[in-house]
Amino acid sequence: MKQSDLLIFNSKGIYCPKAQVYLDPWKPVKQAIITHGHSDHARYGHKNYLTHHSNIPILKHRLGDINVQGVEWGEPFQINGVTFSLHPAGHIIGSAQVRVEYKGQVWVFTGDYKDEDDGISAPYSPIKCHTMITECTFGLPAFKWKPQNQVFDEINNWWQSNKEEGKTSVLFGYSLGKAQRILKYLDPSIGEIYTHGAIEKMTEVLRPQLQLPKTNLITKETKGKEIQGSMVVAPPSAHGSPWMRKFVPYETGTCSGWMAFRGARARRGTDKGFVISDHCDWQGLLKSIKASEAERVICTHGYTDIFSKYLREIGYDASVENTDYEGEKDEVNSSEATETA
Amino acid sequence: MRKFAKLIEELDATTKTNRKVGALADYFRNASDEDKIWTIAILSHRRPPRPVNTTLLRQYAAELAEIPLWLFEDSYHIVGDLAESIALVIPNDVMISDKSLAGILEELIILKAKSEAEKKSYVQQRWMQLDYYSRFVFTKLLTGGFRIGISQKLMTKALSQVTDVPEDELAYRLMGDWSPSTTSFDELIFGRNEQAYVSKPYPFYLAYALENELHELGDVTEWAVEHKWDGIRGQVIFRKGELFIWTRGDELVTDKYPEIADLVNSLPDGTVLDGEILPFMEGQIGTFNDLQTRIGRKNLSKSILKKVPVIFRAYDLLEYEGKDVRNLKYVQRRELLEPMVLEVNHPVLQLSHQMTFNSWEDVASERELAREKRSEGLMMKRNDSPYRVGRKKGDWWKWKTDPLTIDAVLTYAMRGHGRRTNLFTDYTFGLWAPNEEGDLELVTFAKAYSGLTDKEFSQVDAIIKKTTLERFGPVRSVEPTLVFELAFEGIAFSNRHKSGVAVRFPRILRWRKDKTIEDANTLDDLKALIPK
Repeated sequence: MKQSDLLIFNSKGIYCPKAQVYLDPWKPVKQAIITHGHSDHARYGHKNYLTHHSNIPILKHRLGDINVQGVEWGEPFQINGVTFSLHPAGHIIGSAQVRVEYKGQVWVFTGDYKDEDDGISAPYSPIKCHTMITECTFGLPAFKWKPQNQVFDEINNWWQSNKEEGKTSVLFGYSLGKAQRILKYLDPSIGEIYTHGAIEKMTEVLRPQLQLPKTNLITKETKGKEIQGSMVVAPPSAHGSPWMRKFVPYETGTCSGWMAFRGARARRGTDKGFVISDHCDWQGLLKSIKASEAERVICTHGYTDIFSKYLREIGYDASVENTDYEGEKDEVNSSEATETA
Repeated sequence: MRKFAKLIEELDATTKTNRKVGALADYFRNASDEDKIWTIAILSHRRPPRPVNTTLLRQYAAELAEIPLWLFEDSYHIVGDLAESIALVIPNDVMISDKSLAGILEELIILKAKSEAEKKSYVQQRWMQLDYYSRFVFTKLLTGGFRIGISQKLMTKALSQVTDVPEDELAYRLMGDWSPSTTSFDELIFGRNEQAYVSKPYPFYLAYALENELHELGDVTEWAVEHKWDGIRGQVIFRKGELFIWTRGDELVTDKYPEIADLVNSLPDGTVLDGEILPFMEGQIGTFNDLQTRIGRKNLSKSILKKVPVIFRAYDLLEYEGKDVRNLKYVQRRELLEPMVLEVNHPVLQLSHQMTFNSWEDVASERELAREKRSEGLMMKRNDSPYRVGRKKGDWWKWKTDPLTIDAVLTYAMRGHGRRTNLFTDYTFGLWAPNEEGDLELVTFAKAYSGLTDKEFSQVDAIIKKTTLERFGPVRSVEPTLVFELAFEGIAFSNRHKSGVAVRFPRILRWRKDKTIEDANTLDDLKALIPK
C-alpha cells in the first residue's frame, strides 16, 4: 500500500485515513460503512453504522438497537472532504458497493457482489474507478453459473417429483439472501412452503420490501403428515439435526455455488446440489473488473492468489490484501463460506 | 452417450444402494445390447487403453477454455479431479452429439493409433458437442479411473433383476477374459459360448475382519485355522491343457509369474486352485515389499526372477476333475486338495498349512506368532462351509495381528480428492534422525490419507493453512507442530525410500495432541521394529 492510498487495510478493517471511516470493519470502530448484512461484513460493536436504507431492517434485526443512518443509492455524502456514495452490488437485498472519491481519485470497494440480476436485490452495475477492491470467492475458471431460471426450473421439477413420490423436499440455503431468493422462485402451485424459524424471522423482516409467497413456520406442533410433499426451506446448519426427523420421508438439496464441485456435493451430504450463488462466477468477475475501467485491483477474499496472478498476466496492477471476511484467503472452504456463498 | 451420462449422474448423486440398483436396472432395461455390454465392461474396470495422455488433455482443455496452462493446473488442484476440471472449464453446455456409448468407445479404440493432430481435433470437437455432465463422463472414459461408488456387486444385482439370472451365477459369468468388442451381451449373460469358459475364474470368496469375541464363533473344533499370507490372492486354472493365473482384482497375470505357469505340466486337467502368490527366497517367505519390486514391471528380467522368485501357496480347491466343487464342505475340498499337492510334487506349489486347536486361547497364542511366521495374522474357516461368492459374513473370518505403531510428525500436506477436494487431507510424516552434522532432523518415511474424522481433518486443515512454509504446486511444507500415531501392517528395509524403510498400509491411528514434536519417535525406533 502506498502513502497516498485512499483506502488502506489495517488490523480493524478497510480504512479511509482522510475520512477516518472504516468499511466493513471486523473490529469495533467509531464510524463504519456497511456493505451488507452478512455476519462477516456487518459485525457488532461499532459506534455508528452507515448503510443503504434497505439494509437497515436487516442490521437492526441481527445487531439489535444500533446507531444507524441510511442513505439512498448514488446519493453522495461528505466526510472530512472525502466523497462517499453507495451503489447496488446485487449480492443480496440492500447490498452495496462503496465508491470513495478524493481529489479526482476514485476507489470502489465491491463488498460481495454478483452481476446476475436476481430479481430481489437492486441489480449490480459497474462503477468506473481507478482502484477496485474486489472479492473473488469464485475466482477460478471452473466456476460458471447457469442462468437462475434454469436452476429454479430444476428445483421446482425436483420438488414436483419428490411430491409425486410422497416425499417432502428440504432445501438448504443461508437465511439471509439465499433463502428469500429461493422463496421468490419456488412455484407455489406445486404445494405448501414451510420454513425453519431462522428463515421465517429473516423473511418476516424483509417482507415489506419484497413480494414473496406465503410461508408456514414449522413449530413443535407442526405434524409430519401435514408437511408431506411440501417444500421446507432451512439454513444449512439444520441438515442432519433432530429438527429434520418429522419430515421423514424426505429428500434434501443444497443451494450454493460450491455445489459446482462433485467433491463439495459429496461432502455436503445432501441428495442434491443446486449450483446457485450470490457471488460472481469467473466470467462475472472479469467482466465487472473490465467494466469498472480500473487499472489497479486489490483482491480481498476467495481464490485471491490465483485470481490476482491471472489479472497481472492480462495487464492489471493486481495485488492481494488479507481481510477477516473469511477463514483463509487463498482457498475457500470454511463452513461459513459454504453457508454464505 | 446421453443415457449413460444420465446413469452416471444418478449413481453419483445418491449414496442409497437401492436407488443405485434401481437406476442401473432402469438403464439395463432400456439400453441397446452394445451399450449394455460396454457399460458392464466399464463398471467392471475393462476400459479400452488410454488413447491420449493426460498432459495432452490438459493442454487441449486450457487452449479450448482460452486460459493459460498454469491456470488450468491450479484449478485442477483445487477441483481435485482431472475429468471434472476439464468438464467445468470448457465453455459449452449444449448437447449436440447423438453418438451412443458403444460408438464413442469404438472411436476411442481407434483413436489410440492416430496422430497427435487428429487426437486433438477429435477430443476438442467432442468436448464442444457434449453438455457439462456428458463431457465429464466422456473425459473419464478417456482418462480411466471410473470410481463412482458402484461395486461389481451392485451391478450384478441390477443385472440379475433385469435378466432373471441369479446373482452368484452372473458374478461368475462376468469374470475372466472377455472383451466388449468381441463378446455380445447374450453370450456373456446367457453363456452360449463354452470356449470362453476355459480361462474363466470363479468369483473369489472374501472374508470379513473378525468383529466379535473369539469364543462367540462357537466350538473351536468346528473351525480350521491357517496363517493369512501377505502376497497376491490368486486362482490357478488348468483346463484343456492351458494354464491361467488370475488375481483377485480380476487381472490375468499368467505371463507375470512364469514359475507358477510351469505347473502346466504337473496339474491334473480340470483343476482350479485358490491361494496366494508369495515371494519365496532361500526357503523363506519374503515381504510384500519384495513382491512389489516385480509387480509393476513390464519385462521380467532374469535378474528379477532370480532375486524375487515366487511360489503359489494353495489353500482351497474350487474345481476338481473338471467339476465345480465349491458346494462341497471346506474339509472335503481340503481332502481333495492335500493329496493333489503332494502328487504334483512341484517346489512352486505349496500347501497353506491347516491347523486345528483345542481352545480359542491356543488360537490367540498362534496369532502372536504371526510376524515370526511372516504372516499378517490368521484366517478362520468353518469346516463345513461352502466356497461362497464375494464378501460374506459368517463362515470365514480374518483376524490380523495388531498393527505396529509409531508417533510421527506431519511435514507435508496435499489436497485430497473426491469428497475431500479442497481440504488438506493427504499427509507426509517424518521421524527424527541425525543429519551429517549430528543434529536431529525430520526424515520423511510414510504418507497416510485416512484415519481421522471429518471434524479432525478440518481442524488439521486449518492448522496446515496457518503454518504453511512453502508451496510446491498442490503440496505444502508445513511448520512441524503436529504429532500423529501411525499404524501399519508390515515393515521392511528398502533402498527405494529416503528413510531406508518401507511400511505397508500406513494410516493415522490418532492425533496425539498430548505430544510435542520432540516426543515423536526416531527413525531408529522404527528400524527396531523390522523383523530380523
